[in-house]
Amino acid sequence: MAKLPNPEELSKIDYAPPSKGWMDTPTEFKPGMFCHGSKPKSLETLEFPNPREWRPADVDWKLPENWKQILLEGIADRLKKYRSFRLFMDICVRCGACADKCHFFIGTGDPKNMPVLRAELIRSVYRKEFTIAGKIFGKMAGARELTVDVLKEWWYYFFQCTECRRCSVFCPYGIDQAEITIIGRELLNLLGLNIEWIAGPAANCYMKGNHLGLEPHTIVGNLEYILDDIETVTGKKIKPTFNRKGAEILFVTPSGDLFADPGTYTAMGYLMLFEELGLDYTWSTYASEGGNFGFFTTNELAKRLNSKIYAEAKRLGVKYIIGGECGHMWRVIHQYMDTWNGPADFLEVPKSPITGTVFENAKASKMIHIAEFTADLMKNGKLKLDPSRNDHLKVTWHDSCNTARGMGILEEPRYVLKNVVNHFHEMPEDTIREKTFCCGSGSGLNASEDMDLRMKGGFPRANAVKFVHDHYGVNMLANICAIDRASLPPLMDYWVPGVKVAGLHELVANALIMKGEKERTTDLRGEPLPGKEQKEESA
Amino acid sequence: MDLNALLKEKQPAIVEKWFETVLAAYPENTANIYRKSEAQFTNPLGYNARQGVEGLFDALLKGVMLEEASGFLDNIVRIRAIQEFPPSQALSFIYELKKIVRAEIGKAVAEQGLTEDLDSFLSTIDDLALFAFDLYMGCREKLFEIKVNEMKNSTFRLIQQANRVGGKQE
Repeated sequence: MAKLPNPEELSKIDYAPPSKGWMDTPTEFKPGMFCHGSKPKSLETLEFPNPREWRPADVDWKLPENWKQILLEGIADRLKKYRSFRLFMDICVRCGACADKCHFFIGTGDPKNMPVLRAELIRSVYRKEFTIAGKIFGKMAGARELTVDVLKEWWYYFFQCTECRRCSVFCPYGIDQAEITIIGRELLNLLGLNIEWIAGPAANCYMKGNHLGLEPHTIVGNLEYILDDIETVTGKKIKPTFNRKGAEILFVTPSGDLFADPGTYTAMGYLMLFEELGLDYTWSTYASEGGNFGFFTTNELAKRLNSKIYAEAKRLGVKYIIGGECGHMWRVIHQYMDTWNGPADFLEVPKSPITGTVFENAKASKMIHIAEFTADLMKNGKLKLDPSRNDHLKVTWHDSCNTARGMGILEEPRYVLKNVVNHFHEMPEDTIREKTFCCGSGSGLNASEDMDLRMKGGFPRANAVKFVHDHYGVNMLANICAIDRASLPPLMDYWVPGVKVAGLHELVANALIMKGEKERTTDLRGEPLPGKEQKEESA
Repeated sequence: MDLNALLKEKQPAIVEKWFETVLAAYPENTANIYRKSEAQFTNPLGYNARQGVEGLFDALLKGVMLEEASGFLDNIVRIRAIQEFPPSQALSFIYELKKIVRAEIGKAVAEQGLTEDLDSFLSTIDDLALFAFDLYMGCREKLFEIKVNEMKNSTFRLIQQANRVGGKQE
């Protein structure tokens, strides 16, 4: 008779994953970890290749027959075109400095989310096809064939990178993983392999000027709602202008600010500030999007979408552009716009009409960030502020990856914040400024179907917020990024309930004392101001 | 020596082994990174897991109410609940503690006739496991609630506007 195992033996289950090399570990598409595939309609609008119905979880991705040739030619083209890509394919020494710096690695524990390994996904194919050592020694030289499984692995992991560049801060060679992901996604787009959460908004933007596909009357209608809310809080009726030729300044902000809370409160902030200054500015219903989801598909599309901002500035004859609180919008403007669509020699170097400050830093792009503009106003004492109106808030600052690491806006928002709130607490040093942790939803990954991924990716950020929440009672997470304003509220809801999310200019407008305003009893959200609770109730 | 003294004597060894069972669910390279650093903010999973098992075992020793120790349990369960493990695997680390305790002090318990005390201690670990299932389900439900809320929020202004056009008051 066979020996029956005893209970102790039966309960010996080894949960440890098999320790195989990464090349031999197949990619498993897990629900909650990836987004829906791009729809044919979106790709057709963008004139992108291979539009068709497909689902990432399906075995057959309906690839063109010569898909491999397309990809290899795509890699060869980009190796010629981008010196950065060529360098990054060759220079990594696998020191491991980046390995534990990625928020997706920290949260998922998946080794293929180590930046070094994510880059190896593509480097291994580069070695096989473009280096002699790889051709001769194959796997021994870290090279492998490009197969459909490899392609799927690319798709899965290049859409598990938010292009936040935290790893590049720690890389001794300065390898920019975001650039590798950008090229990886470009290559995938050659085969029609995008996600709908990116392709849809990019197509909307291409046709209608903004990600949400808002048409001019809807933009005006939404802003009217916001203006009504301002009137309720301040008693002031504001009448902004749209598409006004001859205005001094064009204002461009992410369309999310016009449509979803808490972004709408930030939009109230812009409107109130500009009204108080009597700024000669206009909104555009055509260049109605600061963000650029094209940047998450191909450089070419990013350039096409970006060009509308300059084109509109030229059409309206403005002197320069002020941009609202957005993340990747600023990376595009700061690092790419001038070489893509510049020189904007028909515009002037931005000069604040209120303080006379000339923004030499924006000499090339002719576009300044509203945080710079407002910090300058405060530095010159041009605003009347009552920070006690924000006394019900204990605020911490989230440095958005693109504005902080991408272009160095570190001090201006802090300066503004300290002028408008009395309770400000920084998060721990390793999690802010250049070393800030991503929200986990950037670069077009803020869909609902990949919520598990977002919660994991945002875990290190939330962990630092939890610390200041537990120690200082922080209840407000401020930032200057529309994707943050959309994605941090659910992140807080899961990890640190009780912490809300606000744009910087919402807090500015709370504190801003406007000429002729009525006595305020609530903040912009309709919550009673400190000391006004009783009045509010009895009113 | 009573059971508590025995457990206290072996506490560092038990906690270390328990921490390892939490890490055992991850690939070797990952576990090495989670294990090596005690940095609270740059290695949050490793840090919270270590704090979690230390705090929980301490609470079990002191016999405090489970609700009071829930923070430590939450440290581990909240991340496990979104890491694609099946529930059985996400929470298996709690049952592993029973095996670890038996292996560490089983012999001494038998020699000193403390079997009943040990049984009673082990049954508090079962209680802990039941409590962990509540937390785990709470996390999963929260996740679904967040998804629904996000969808609602993204259409709120649209509905508000549609109601206004249609003459309805919100």
